[in-house]
Amino acid sequence: MTSLLKRLGGHAGRIVLALVFALPLVFMLVSSFKTDDQIFGDLGSPSAFLPVGALSLDNYTGMFERVPAAQFLLNSVLISSITVVLGIIVNSLAAFALSRMRWPGRKLVLTVIIATLIVPFETFALPLVWWVNQLPLLRVNGFHLEWTTGWMDTYQVQILPFVANAFSIFFFHQFFQSIPKELDEAAIMDGAGWFTIYRRIVVPLSGPAVATVAILTFLPAWNSYLWPLMVVQSEELRPVMVGISYFFQLNVGWGQIMAYASMITVPVLALFVAFQRSFVNSIASTGVKG
Amino acid sequence: MTTKIAALERLCPVRRTRTTNARRRQSLTALGMATPAVVLLIVFLVVPVVLAFALAFTDARLISPTPARFVGLRNFTQLFEDPVFYKSLRNTAYFAAVVVPLQAGLALALALLVNAKVRGVNFFRTVYFLPVVTSMVVVSLLWTFLYRKDGLVNHVISTLTLGHVQGPDWLGDPATAMPAIILMSVWQGVGFHMVIWLAGLQTIPVELYEAAELDGATTWHRFRHVTWPGLRATRTFVLVTITIAAFSLFTQIRVMTQGGPLDSTTTVVYQAVRTGYDQQQTAYAATVSLVFFVLVLTVSLVQRFLTREKD
Amino acid sequence: MVFRRRRLALASVAAAAATALVAGCASGPGGSSSGAGGDTLTLWTHNAGNSAELDVVKKIIKDFNDSQDKYTVELQSFPQTDYNNSVVAAASARKLPCLLDVDGPNVANWAWGGYLAPIDVSGSEVPVKDQLASTVGTYKDQLYSFGFYDVSLALFARGSVLNEHGIRIPTPGKPWTKGEFDAALAELRKSGKFAYPLEMGTGGSGEWWPYAYSPQLQSFGGDLIDRNGHKSASGTLDGKESVEWGNWFRSLVTKGYMAKKSGADPNKDFLAGKSAIQWDGSWNAAKNAQKLGDDLVILPPVDFGEGPKIGGASWQWAMSSTCSDKDGAQEWLRFSRRTKYFVDYAEATSTIPATDAAARQIADYRPGGKFEVLVQFAREYATVRPVTPAYPYISTEFQKAAQDILAGADPESALGQAAKNIDNNLKTNNNYAG
Repeated sequence: MTSLLKRLGGHAGRIVLALVFALPLVFMLVSSFKTDDQIFGDLGSPSAFLPVGALSLDNYTGMFERVPAAQFLLNSVLISSITVVLGIIVNSLAAFALSRMRWPGRKLVLTVIIATLIVPFETFALPLVWWVNQLPLLRVNGFHLEWTTGWMDTYQVQILPFVANAFSIFFFHQFFQSIPKELDEAAIMDGAGWFTIYRRIVVPLSGPAVATVAILTFLPAWNSYLWPLMVVQSEELRPVMVGISYFFQLNVGWGQIMAYASMITVPVLALFVAFQRSFVNSIASTGVKG
Repeated sequence: MTTKIAALERLCPVRRTRTTNARRRQSLTALGMATPAVVLLIVFLVVPVVLAFALAFTDARLISPTPARFVGLRNFTQLFEDPVFYKSLRNTAYFAAVVVPLQAGLALALALLVNAKVRGVNFFRTVYFLPVVTSMVVVSLLWTFLYRKDGLVNHVISTLTLGHVQGPDWLGDPATAMPAIILMSVWQGVGFHMVIWLAGLQTIPVELYEAAELDGATTWHRFRHVTWPGLRATRTFVLVTITIAAFSLFTQIRVMTQGGPLDSTTTVVYQAVRTGYDQQQTAYAATVSLVFFVLVLTVSLVQRFLTREKD
Repeated sequence: MVFRRRRLALASVAAAAATALVAGCASGPGGSSSGAGGDTLTLWTHNAGNSAELDVVKKIIKDFNDSQDKYTVELQSFPQTDYNNSVVAAASARKLPCLLDVDGPNVANWAWGGYLAPIDVSGSEVPVKDQLASTVGTYKDQLYSFGFYDVSLALFARGSVLNEHGIRIPTPGKPWTKGEFDAALAELRKSGKFAYPLEMGTGGSGEWWPYAYSPQLQSFGGDLIDRNGHKSASGTLDGKESVEWGNWFRSLVTKGYMAKKSGADPNKDFLAGKSAIQWDGSWNAAKNAQKLGDDLVILPPVDFGEGPKIGGASWQWAMSSTCSDKDGAQEWLRFSRRTKYFVDYAEATSTIPATDAAARQIADYRPGGKFEVLVQFAREYATVRPVTPAYPYISTEFQKAAQDILAGADPESALGQAAKNIDNNLKTNNNYAG
């Protein structure tokens, strides 16, 4: 009897909490189908969370007229996925070297990498703008390649600065450490090189960690806003979050903002749901050591 | 292991050079593997950060007809006399002091709640994680709506108390603005740390719980003597990640309050951005950032020292 | 985590050394391309997402590109919220385009900082002297920018509401005095029909604050800075008249006349009848007229002693100093200065045309038109924000002071602190000489 009560109580708690976490986002989604007048009219009542009144897709069509949303989405998908893929390779390689191999200076390198977590991006964005503009760039000019200087207004300036990531390295490091080292020794006995161990043994065992890092790299890449505004001038190269500010001109369209916000959130949600199981379990199997 | 190798080496001395060679090769391979990440971090993080910090000793401006000049510690003197800087420090410390235990504790409670083996638990995990995958800018915009005097938060409060309590203008009152931002920030970030705790919970061997059950331990005892000690490693991780995130509080402030009312929500990073971009005082903003970096580093080291593993 | 204290110091040294190394070999020649590749002139505007104005820009570009073969103008649009950051970042990389638009009060700052070059548009169809003074950007007696339109602030109300409460409808010849205005607000408040009698958009942020409220400060007799030389704010921004303004501004909230923080869309609240009088820009005039019809009255600003005042200067066009084809850029500027484009801008954006010739071609703004009064306000009441490179700094300090005053700060100390900060900023920058 008590256990039944307990379970019911637990379930009730879970449901109430689910409401707390979901309602503001339900408000966003529901509002995206309402007119601005109705959004404001419903603000003070539960109708704000309900699909009531004259619902339409007007905000969505209006939004697509105002912002080249399809282009922005495509850019963000491209930028985020390349950042994720490169990030997984680069950071897992470094983490592998740091966690499973013995070499002088590795503790120092790990310490410095983790110290970099502390500096917020906003504080060094401007020097970075100046700096990326001093870097050499190989570009296609007609039928031959040529070297120029400066990375402004490219895809790569939105990708490369965010590939190496201290958090990802740390995460992979913890995960790799939990994989028994005896596997490496056995492989070396069989004549395998370190890269083979990385590719054939450690990476195949780390699927869940890869999924975790994928989502955690994807989120900031998808949400980047200040950086692209500073280094990208062509509209054709802009990512989705910049689009939000298109609506804060004269005559702010709140319904359109809700529609746009829903549109850019849904793909990330879908990604999370797809990865959900391995995401949760992966951290479990790292055993996160302090 | 080492003794075994030593014994082998004693038996066949030829192996020795081979081992040294293997060591050297291992070092080279490792360096090769770490190089891409290290180079990228140096180019895109260390260089600009050092550049930014160097500006703290100059009179650099965002827009200026003349190049920056070295001015020594002038910016630091100015900073230490700036009342807004101390308010920013205090607010940042206040935010961190509340958010770190609150978010960590709440996340643990959520994790315990969804660690149960019941149907639909994956659904709840996903819902609790929803705000994490939503951009902070979008979340801040939404909550600005919800926090209005005639907004939904107050509507809910009024309904729950049968109209006895009228909520305040959350973001417009110096007394409630920071608590409101704390609440929203925890709401947004708690799902992430729930997942981390959950991971920690799942590493605790089931046998320990079974043994406790046999001893007739209560729920509280099981938590106190099995769960809590089993989460020791996870605790450090959660603590440090929330602390770093809390010290960087910025986006919410920028979108929701711009540091007001009456400086009640200004934070160090917000001040750096306001002075650096809006007020064009690049060098001063660099000074704020540099001092902030040193402070966070100190706190991290102290935290690290206090939670060090005693081995 | 993995901090090891001893290592950390060592790590910083190593990192610094590595930095020096990398910085040493990678510093190549600075980029000096300047937005004009061959005969292409790039043009930046803050209008991304604002299709009404953007379409006019596109139309002029098309006309210009079709009219001659020598130059091609290319448009790049940016969202307004962070437009200044986009420009600053590009300037730091020496990648400014040849042509760009700039918010009026920033012209002096950008000209002083070397972003902009003086322009010569003599010989264009519309002479600069025909424009409203607030639509022309000069710094140190040189022309740097011009706009096609200005906006104007006004008090919007329903005639029926004012009549019902026995409130006199003011005219440009006889605007409300401070006493009359306060009495009207008290009367409206007493009626209990409005959440707040007055709506002044106090939920806004950024440049709206000095744009909307510093004219009131000036009407009280105060100002943001001593305009004689722009060398000090003390005694002006925290002078007796300015403090009087601060006390009055604060009283609007304490007496319940105005919200401490307006809703997300103040104009919507006014049109819905939540407020009786709205202090708002002319850009909403058309929308108000459409909703309220003949009941809409457009009233002059209150005369707080020194006459009615409104802010002047909106977005204007300029040329960058790094433009490598200044002839081409100025040819474009001259081309655009045709009355028909002044008309197009004003019609598309519901703003006030910068010349009388253009105003005469627009039904609403020509003499006798329903918005003629707005042109009159712009001509007679407009006060430009102080023309000094320090303006962006002054603006942020005024914003903070005004916000603090509404939140309950003592007006005298809030304005005093702002004045002190501004003076300190002027001092450390050597009064923006150079």
